Amino acid sequence: MGSTNSTLSKIPNVEELMRETGFSPAHIVRLYDRFESLDKEKTGHLRPEDFGAINRLAMNPIGDRIIGAFFSSGQDTVDFHSFVRILAHFRPAENNRPRDPSLPEPVNSRISKLKFAFQLYDLDKDGKISRAELLQVLRSMMEMQVTEEQLESIADRTIQEADLDRDDAISFEEFRKVPLGDTLTLTQQRVASK
Amino acid sequence: FQDFNPFDNLLCILLGISFTVWFTLLLVFIIVPAIFGVSFGIRQLYMKTLLKIFEWATRRIERGAKDKNHPLHKPYSNGDGSNRDLDSASEFEMSDIFYFCRRGVESIMDDEVTKRFSAEELESWNLLTRSNYNFQHISLRLTVLWGLGVVIRYGFLLPLRVTLAFTGVGLLVVLTSIIGFLPNGRTKNFLSEKVHLMCYRICVRALTAIITYHDSENKPKNGGICVANHTSPIDVIILASDGCYAMVGQIHGGLMGVIQKSMVKACPHIWFERSEVKDRHLVAKRLSDHVEDKTKLPILIFPEGTCINNTSVMMFKKGSFEIGSTVYPVAIKYDPRFGDAFWNSSQFGMVSYLLRMMSSWAIVCSVWYLPPMSREEGEDAVQFANRVKAAIARQGGLVDLLWDGGLKRGKVKDTFKEEQQKLYSKMLVGTQEDRSRS
Repeated sequence: MGSTNSTLSKIPNVEELMRETGFSPAHIVRLYDRFESLDKEKTGHLRPEDFGAINRLAMNPIGDRIIGAFFSSGQDTVDFHSFVRILAHFRPAENNRPRDPSLPEPVNSRISKLKFAFQLYDLDKDGKISRAELLQVLRSMMEMQVTEEQLESIADRTIQEADLDRDDAISFEEFRKVPLGDTLTLTQQRVASK
Repeated sequence: FQDFNPFDNLLCILLGISFTVWFTLLLVFIIVPAIFGVSFGIRQLYMKTLLKIFEWATRRIERGAKDKNHPLHKPYSNGDGSNRDLDSASEFEMSDIFYFCRRGVESIMDDEVTKRFSAEELESWNLLTRSNYNFQHISLRLTVLWGLGVVIRYGFLLPLRVTLAFTGVGLLVVLTSIIGFLPNGRTKNFLSEKVHLMCYRICVRALTAIITYHDSENKPKNGGICVANHTSPIDVIILASDGCYAMVGQIHGGLMGVIQKSMVKACPHIWFERSEVKDRHLVAKRLSDHVEDKTKLPILIFPEGTCINNTSVMMFKKGSFEIGSTVYPVAIKYDPRFGDAFWNSSQFGMVSYLLRMMSSWAIVCSVWYLPPMSREEGEDAVQFANRVKAAIARQGGLVDLLWDGGLKRGKVKDTFKEEQQKLYSKMLVGTQEDRSRS
């Protein structure tokens, strides 16, 4: 827990990182401390095992998928910059300012959050959530507690309601249209207080 | 040549006088009250003044941050209310995954267990840079105040406290060795009690610890075991300055060892050799022998086995609860506004920890003596330990956690994952069944 400035100077390209992700210096320092505490072997990178060591995450039914989201580009290590970029998805979105369409989508906008959630479902990355993939997610969230028939009926009903072009899969466009209720807003508020 | 002499003399005289004044003040205001256990109330006044200054400093920071448009980093408040979010879910929605996703990401950023092992973050600022991520140059006045704080703490308070600490420890060693020569009997016990209390009180003043004791009628009695939550090595000093206990621990080398050996001459403490610590039966036997002898003092034990950061109480090791005597639970809660007493043994060694403690403003804590508990019929040691732990957590306003203190150094059982799944599916499938029936 050193002073903010000395820690910031340890991180290369920190200005660009702050601009890209929108995190304040205090947030970056905190994330850096967290990164270092997870990186037990001090290699400067995190591997899936380092995430697996977080007990609460191992307890989470979709913990493996979340870990997978950090390593989605096919590499097996993640450095501090990628770590922060992915966590930046969860920063609260600034909804009041009108967005300039020529600039790239901000990393924490609603769309980016939805894309992140979509990739948790779509494991084979074909851009669609098939019935089988949906079943897999349901199974990991409920495992031994429900029968296979119950799982299938939930999956059927969900696809029925969301699948508009009747191809028995949910594309990203269809996913966007699904009423998402308040959970998205809570995501913003909760993570903002970190 | 002649001119220097009177000047030198003057200097010597001045130094002599100031030393004498210094030591007299020390004696009158600190050591004598410590001997008799009275207090002038100076520390309470000090505490109130400090609090006012801290409030001002915090408001300045918040105002400054708002002006510069920097989102303030506010620490995560205690209490995981996220279970309530799923209450309104009655049917599966695609967005339900967000709930688990959010919890997963939250745990990546900071999880319950790791949070317990790093120092608690504060909402307000107590003029110590070590406790606030937000401190940057906000205003000149604030920086000046902080600088003044540094000068006072390191230039005045620290030397004062170190002097007191040496006095206290030195007196303890010398006096207990002297008492050791007396034959065993009531006089010896009486004197030993007085000496121990006096020296611990001096040490308490060496840390400027402002302690409030609640419910002293429940203080541990002979033949019992006193059990408390553990935040730092200072816990021992805090408890021992209000009552006499038999300490339990491993024999160390160096200064600690000297202190331990002289303490045991005056009254029986339980010190183990390193090799004996592994032998659980030997440990249990020595503890039960001590407890059965009603003339011996109550044993002081910290069952968590490691220092936790004083926001929660972790799993208690069952060893001390198997012995079968009355347990006197004690809850210790530090007020983090003044100085963080938590000892992160992976970050700081003992000496740097003590220096940090002595250069903080003060250590303010509350001690609650809870009514004695005994193991009930049909209750095993683990259940008894959990019951005591829950009582301590409730009293001290700490979070009662299931996690084992051993997790600080060392993996999660599948049963916990199943719990999560059970909760979620009960909500969904329960209502599904209702629907199909209707």
